Amino acid sequence: MKIKFSIIGLIIYAISCFPSLSVEPDIFVQSTVNRASSLLSKNISKEEKIEELKKIASETVDINGIGFYTLGPIRKTLNDDQKNEYSKLFKNYFLKSFSSRLAEYTNPEIDVYAKEVLSDKYTIVKSLLKGTKDRPEVKIDWRIYTKNPENPMIRDLIIEGLSLARTQKEEFSSILNSNDGNINILFQTLKDF
Amino acid sequence: MIKKIAIILITTCALTLNLQASSDGDLILKKNEPSEIKDCFEKVNRATFAFNKALDGIIFKPIASAYRTFPSPVKTGVSNSLDNLSNLVTVPNNILQGDFSKAGVNTGRFLINTTIGILGLVDVAQHFGLNEYEKEDYGQSLARHGVGPGCYVVLPVLGPSTARDVVGSSINFLGGDAWYNVTVKNDTHHFSDFDFYASKGTAGVDFRAKNFDSIENLEKNSLDFYASVKSLYLQDRQQKILNSKKTINTQNDGDWEEIDNQ
Repeated sequence: MKIKFSIIGLIIYAISCFPSLSVEPDIFVQSTVNRASSLLSKNISKEEKIEELKKIASETVDINGIGFYTLGPIRKTLNDDQKNEYSKLFKNYFLKSFSSRLAEYTNPEIDVYAKEVLSDKYTIVKSLLKGTKDRPEVKIDWRIYTKNPENPMIRDLIIEGLSLARTQKEEFSSILNSNDGNINILFQTLKDF
Repeated sequence: MIKKIAIILITTCALTLNLQASSDGDLILKKNEPSEIKDCFEKVNRATFAFNKALDGIIFKPIASAYRTFPSPVKTGVSNSLDNLSNLVTVPNNILQGDFSKAGVNTGRFLINTTIGILGLVDVAQHFGLNEYEKEDYGQSLARHGVGPGCYVVLPVLGPSTARDVVGSSINFLGGDAWYNVTVKNDTHHFSDFDFYASKGTAGVDFRAKNFDSIENLEKNSLDFYASVKSLYLQDRQQKILNSKKTINTQNDGDWEEIDNQ
């Protein structure tokens, strides 16, 4: 009995002595890419791939954060109900758009080659999508949110210097500007997608 | 006629542009911030965009689709040749931007590739250590000297641009492009107008073919395709003007910070 308690005590002590299990952003990106790549090379239907990609995205992308970033300054004027509705609509839209974009690729090869720590909250991970006979090599940078080092999340993809989050934000802004800032039109557009 | 168009364009832009000279990188970055560039003629631009999209569906997309089936060495050769020709605009702009070393490298690239590389079909210069090539144009040079972008415009056939870049492009037709000078402007007996317009048409098809899937994908997944293309074009221009290899130099973190503090 004494031995058992001693072992448990030792384990607790050992755990408390170790630093928290932070995940390096570049390793996080490479493992996420490998997961998606192995899924895309599987001999399963496109619909199954889309469902699996949605799971990966839900676990690795900060969809809520991206949603509020892309909404721009109007987010400050929304009440809690509108915020909740927007979060749900954006999540559905994002997962549908993201997975259908990726499902077109078969076995993409992405190599992570560097990272640049911007602050304690952000690291840019640099990678290359290998070229094929149909398209040239593509440089992809990943903005990783590292506020919780144990659970890093993707916040943006910057493809050849062009930010997807920023493009999305300007797209939403255009819809709002064309409709006198009416958030319900944006909600309806997201529902219709 | 071309001179008249250029004068009208310059006058229009002079009214809309901020012509304060500046060499400060931050100021250039701010001036070319996509969200700050006004879409003064949005209705006309959207109509022109719809026209271009229809034209693309009838002409460029089918040709680009067929071009994609060509063997890779053929496509690479065409692409190399067009890049080589673009040196005739890039080199004067390297000089205008004060980048004399790049002007030297690109002149070397042009001479080697035009001769040993068989009219630019083979990029031999890269084997001589001259391997980095970035296109420059008069729009970028104007921006480097502090000229603001003015309004966003969509040109028929040619696509997205800004008032400043339209002026920049018109400089090509006023003697700024040696290829235009020897094909269209002057009767050299070696080249004809056809050579110039064929090279421009091929460049359009080459661009469309290289970005075939990306464009299809973007259109399919956009809520507002016009706004997406506008954003991507302006981000790309901002990056090219800044000649920055560092992604973060052209990214504004303000909104991300606000999200984190909420």
